[in-house]
Amino acid sequence: MPFEMPVEKWAAAVNEVTIGATSAEGGTRTSVVKIGGDTSLPFLHFEGKTPNRPVIAMEVLDSKPESWAAPLEQALGDVAGDPAAWAKKCVDEFGADMVCLRMAGAHPDQGDKSAEDCAQAVKSVLEAVGVPLIIWGCGQAEKDNEIMPRCSEVAAGENCLLGAATQENYKTITAACMADGHKLITEAPIDINIQKQVNILVSDMGLDLSRIVMFQATGGLGYGMEYAYSIMERTRLAALSGDRMLSMPMLAVVGPEAWKAKEARTDAETAPEWGAAMERGVSWETTTATCFLHGGTNVLVMWHPQAVSLLRKMIDSLMGEEA
Amino acid sequence: MFSIGERINGMFKSVKDAIQTKNPEAIQALAKKQLEAGANCLDVNVGPAAADPLEAMGWLVKAIREVTDAPLAIDTTKPDVMRKGLELAGPGSIINSTKGQQDQLDIFVPLAVEYDATLIALTIDENGIPRDANGRAEIALRVVAAAMEKGLEPQRLMIDAVILPVNVTQPTPGHVLETIRNVKVLSDPPPKTVLGLSNVSQSTQLRELLNRTYLVMALAAGLDAAIVDVLDTELMDAMIASEVLLNRAVYADDFLKAYRA
Repeated sequence: MPFEMPVEKWAAAVNEVTIGATSAEGGTRTSVVKIGGDTSLPFLHFEGKTPNRPVIAMEVLDSKPESWAAPLEQALGDVAGDPAAWAKKCVDEFGADMVCLRMAGAHPDQGDKSAEDCAQAVKSVLEAVGVPLIIWGCGQAEKDNEIMPRCSEVAAGENCLLGAATQENYKTITAACMADGHKLITEAPIDINIQKQVNILVSDMGLDLSRIVMFQATGGLGYGMEYAYSIMERTRLAALSGDRMLSMPMLAVVGPEAWKAKEARTDAETAPEWGAAMERGVSWETTTATCFLHGGTNVLVMWHPQAVSLLRKMIDSLMGEEA
Repeated sequence: MFSIGERINGMFKSVKDAIQTKNPEAIQALAKKQLEAGANCLDVNVGPAAADPLEAMGWLVKAIREVTDAPLAIDTTKPDVMRKGLELAGPGSIINSTKGQQDQLDIFVPLAVEYDATLIALTIDENGIPRDANGRAEIALRVVAAAMEKGLEPQRLMIDAVILPVNVTQPTPGHVLETIRNVKVLSDPPPKTVLGLSNVSQSTQLRELLNRTYLVMALAAGLDAAIVDVLDTELMDAMIASEVLLNRAVYADDFLKAYRA
């Protein structure tokens, strides 16, 4: 008896979102990325379309991280502390589709940089690279409400992706996003109900649903990755079933989460039985990213260039003929 | 739940008047109001008093099509009126309805195939409405077999287990719930289920309470669609809450607003 592939018929599709604006669209980017538009669970090409390949954003911090695992220091140490040089290296050497500029140094406990410092970092990265930008605050609500409007303003017209609106703090960043023509990340703490609620809240302010990208505060391999995965999958199923408040593309922050794990960070002298530190850390990041890729993630924020390269090969093979 | 708005029906005086005086605005307003209230589809019935049902159906569907492309459920027992409605409404319409006896299925199943429509089949046959759930399931099975034979896939069938007023026959609501559950094992994939909800409370007191309570019960039994008064906000709220409690819609604090978005 011939095998018949079971094919699911879905009622709806994931929203398609474009990030970045070229000079023709009023910005200065030399490339834009399109994400989403999927009409089935990820990479089931026999069932539906994955019209846009998942994109890799490499994270750039506005200041040098205080403690870094040796493999990261080795790969990125020469540019850490200089966001423009770091971004340029990510694009020119490692082929990043996007740069995710995070204002870690603006956090009151980690440098407390001013809004003007942050805006300068945005400007310098916009000048250094031509790819679209994700601009992400420091995660402390009050400080983000101070710095993000300014960061948004200096990037007006560039159609960046701003992060992140949360259930407790969404008004300032949403207003800035709407005023300056950007896209918005809505964040939830591994909770699909809160994710949906944040989307309702920002859309109540007048932000079109087609301008939202969703982010579940991710856990890395061994630290809640499977919870994040199952929520991503459920979110995607809701989108395909026609839930308009969960139909946006998804983003995952992989690098920082994966490299938080002791299994990724610990050096080989401390834990010789765990094998070479470099391979371990890179594997940790790649495995986490691969898992989220299968969960339906459209944008993966990565750290280590080797993990980026492995992930790109994975995307190539999963996209098959649609690559 | 797939909500079919019941208000464009010549049994309502305002609709009857609109048909008689050829007043498209009244019909169009009713169409838009129901869609805004959450209808996924609009039932269209010229009513028993229409002088020329064929002409009236054509006029109604044309009037509605001027303001919306939403799916329409052409509600008539007359094959020629049905064909006229389907022709003007376009693909994706619903045939409301056929009965379960062979001579009716021979007419309406091919119509559904020809017009790319979904077919509502009542569990009624030449012997009338069965007394219990088993009798209803037997007719449903006959309908599924007839549909598959003619190339109408089960997902394009909606079995209506025929609810009767609770003050006429009190065991029927229970029989209908049992039928809704039983229909789901008739085929894989199974046919859909639908109810003409308001009939449960015909000529009773506290109609809205009975309607919404029974809708919640039917949804819990697995009901997919219902012909309802979508303008009854409390009914629709109860439906949405049920969808959330049955894990068919994802909860958010503003779940009513999200469902209606």
